[in-house]
Amino acid sequence: MSIQILMPALSPTMTEGNLTRWMKKEGDVVKAGQVIAEIETDKATMEVEAVDEGVLGKILVAEGTQGVAVNTPIAVLLEDGETEVKQGIAPSPCMAGDIPCIPNNAPVATATTETTVVDQPAGAVIANRDVLYAQGVVIEPPPFDEAPYMQNTQAMQVREALRMGMSEEMRRDENVFLLGEEVAEYNGAYKVSQGMLDEFGPKRVVDSPITEYGFTGLGVGAAMSGLKPIIEFMSMDFAMQAIDHIVNSAAKTLYMAGGKLGCPIVFRGQNGAPGKVGAQHSQCYASWYAHVPGLKVVAPWSGADAKGLIKAAIRDPNPVVVLEHELMYGQIFETPVDDNFVIPIGRAKIERAGTDVTIVAFSIMVGKALEAAKILEEQGISAEVINLRTIRPLDRHTIIESVKKTNRIVSAEEGWPFAGVGSEIAALVNEHAFDYLDAPVARVCAADVPTPYATNLEKLATPQPEDIVAAVKRVCYR
Amino acid sequence: MSKGHAMSNVKKSNQNSVPTSNSQKLPSADEMKKLYRDMLLIRRFEEKAGQLYGMGLIGGFCHLYIGEEAVVTGVQSVQKKQDTTITAYRNHGHMLVSGISANDVMAELTGRSGGCSRGKGGSMHMFSIENGFYGGHGIVGAQVSIGAGLGFAHQYKGDGGVAIAYMGDGAANQGQVYESFNMAKLWNLPVLFIIENNQYSMGTSVPRHAAGEFYRRGEGFGIKGEKVNGMDIFAVREASSRALEDIRSGNGPYILEMVTYRYRGHSMSDPQKYRSKDEVEGYKALDPIDGIKAALLKEYNITEDDLKPIDKEVKDIVAQAAQFSQDSPLPDAAELWTDVLISV
Repeated sequence: MSIQILMPALSPTMTEGNLTRWMKKEGDVVKAGQVIAEIETDKATMEVEAVDEGVLGKILVAEGTQGVAVNTPIAVLLEDGETEVKQGIAPSPCMAGDIPCIPNNAPVATATTETTVVDQPAGAVIANRDVLYAQGVVIEPPPFDEAPYMQNTQAMQVREALRMGMSEEMRRDENVFLLGEEVAEYNGAYKVSQGMLDEFGPKRVVDSPITEYGFTGLGVGAAMSGLKPIIEFMSMDFAMQAIDHIVNSAAKTLYMAGGKLGCPIVFRGQNGAPGKVGAQHSQCYASWYAHVPGLKVVAPWSGADAKGLIKAAIRDPNPVVVLEHELMYGQIFETPVDDNFVIPIGRAKIERAGTDVTIVAFSIMVGKALEAAKILEEQGISAEVINLRTIRPLDRHTIIESVKKTNRIVSAEEGWPFAGVGSEIAALVNEHAFDYLDAPVARVCAADVPTPYATNLEKLATPQPEDIVAAVKRVCYR
Repeated sequence: MSKGHAMSNVKKSNQNSVPTSNSQKLPSADEMKKLYRDMLLIRRFEEKAGQLYGMGLIGGFCHLYIGEEAVVTGVQSVQKKQDTTITAYRNHGHMLVSGISANDVMAELTGRSGGCSRGKGGSMHMFSIENGFYGGHGIVGAQVSIGAGLGFAHQYKGDGGVAIAYMGDGAANQGQVYESFNMAKLWNLPVLFIIENNQYSMGTSVPRHAAGEFYRRGEGFGIKGEKVNGMDIFAVREASSRALEDIRSGNGPYILEMVTYRYRGHSMSDPQKYRSKDEVEGYKALDPIDGIKAALLKEYNITEDDLKPIDKEVKDIVAQAAQFSQDSPLPDAAELWTDVLISV
């Protein structure tokens, strides 16, 4: 059967080109892969290679022809045994015997998909929770009763709570290991991993060189192989060197693999302004990571948060970023000792109930919000303080239900205002509780400058309880 | 060929270095035919992919492996079942020799539901864990660190496997490659780093983008390195066997620089103004498939007719894949929202 050779396209957008030269003449034997002609557009030239073997039976478009439309038959190839071109072959836009017809003006396949958002009733299918979150739906997160766990607690520092959580998970699962700078022999730059080398040995508590990009990629590879790495960054500022692996390698792979390859990994470290360390060690990355589909982001405040969230992060089959705060590491909280204390990711906690205004905060700002609430109480304003615990997926439900009650909301974060977590909360309230608002949403954020070093300037740049108090009064028109 | 090209240091001949029984066990006739078949499958598959791209059925970027077939075919033919493979985006050949069906790969190129990532990954993002293939990565050099992590996992689990991490000569300049070399040697990880030196980092030739020799870039870390004629499958097999044995005996990572050449542009939209036609033709004279064919005819008493069934089989596989990649439906609209996170 003879095969028509069509005018190829140099790119999916090309519609026509010039046939500059024939490299074979009629009667020549052509092998697959051999160059038979040269074509060009105003941008580029390309060689046309034969895909099939045969004899060049007839040239349909002479060399030097300008403006040849893509998919126009330019020659006929005769296969074994054929001697001549059959008369009356209608030029058809078919490429070869094994390829079906593609009309000249057929749209490129990849451009034809019509996207329709799947209609799913809010909260109806709990198995699809993450999908619903992704679509901005407000659904109630899984129930979690913390009270029983708080019956049996120990007073401990947040760093000890983190260590307890990690150690419990490492005892439970052989595949969990900790890797980072100074985590083993030095016992951790902030002593979070103190003693873990002694218990788990150098195979599972691994001192890495100062090489964030490399060890983060290595962690991702290990996770893809079925291990469960905990990657510690001495500071999340240094994770900027590795953010490519966190976003491009860890977060996107499950989707790109059509669900066939996941990445169960934890990225954790100090995040935010620990004080007097200047602009390159003080940034809050909550909104950066929360921007990315495929990542989960949690930010503990208390000892219970630290233990319950790190355990949830380790058990989660997805990549989870855990944003810790250096100034919280030494704070002491009553912390549950139960091995099974795992806080569901995606569930916020109302730390203090109130009726007049909602303050949403995470990490160190929860403590500052509680301080502000105390001051406000003395002034006759009852503030409800929500500890987000998880930034992504955001517990939209708890925020919206609170706003419906208080009709006023202030968000508080250590990050910058532009496209920050507070911006997302403002959008959320606007979209889902607009009619309940008695005042515009207010945001308390870091000053929109690189964090200064000088004590007075740094204090001005970092949100304080009095900033929250002022914002609350603004939305209460007081 | 222009001066300074890496191939000037390796053999310039169409006669592949058929091993003598002293240097390496001679492949059996069946093994030889399998190598020929695997290389030919990559060649014909890539030609067809180029054709479908020209027809507008494959979008975006499409990086073909034509000319470089001996590298991955040779390495794969001496690796073990438990070994793992990772590469960047010139990955179609790596997938085919890893055992992934031509249908699965081609349908991913056309973005159809029958593709190995169900149409959601595309040419650069394909994975098959059951075949030990970990992608298919679009960020130049990222696969090297991830590959070191695959090696870390082999060591952690003690499964005897080696991670084989491929990178191009362009990727070999990325900083994380050296971070990975350092950790791999420091921790004695079982990783075979393969630099597929096809002599161009997109449009920038090796003399214009790289100082020194690639195979020596592990020296400071104490990693052994060798330069290999990547157009000669016997040389590839011999060097890979040696390197894998060295790694498996506990000596840590190894670097092989495979000097090869891509006949096509960097991607399908590359006009290739940066090299001469003579240069391309010069390398085509070293064609790896012609090389193994010549060896088959000369050393194994195999005739052209004996190879015809293989040619036919390959042609049929590719034709079927092309058909499948167009018949397979586009992904369902509901697929937009799946596979973002694993549900807990």
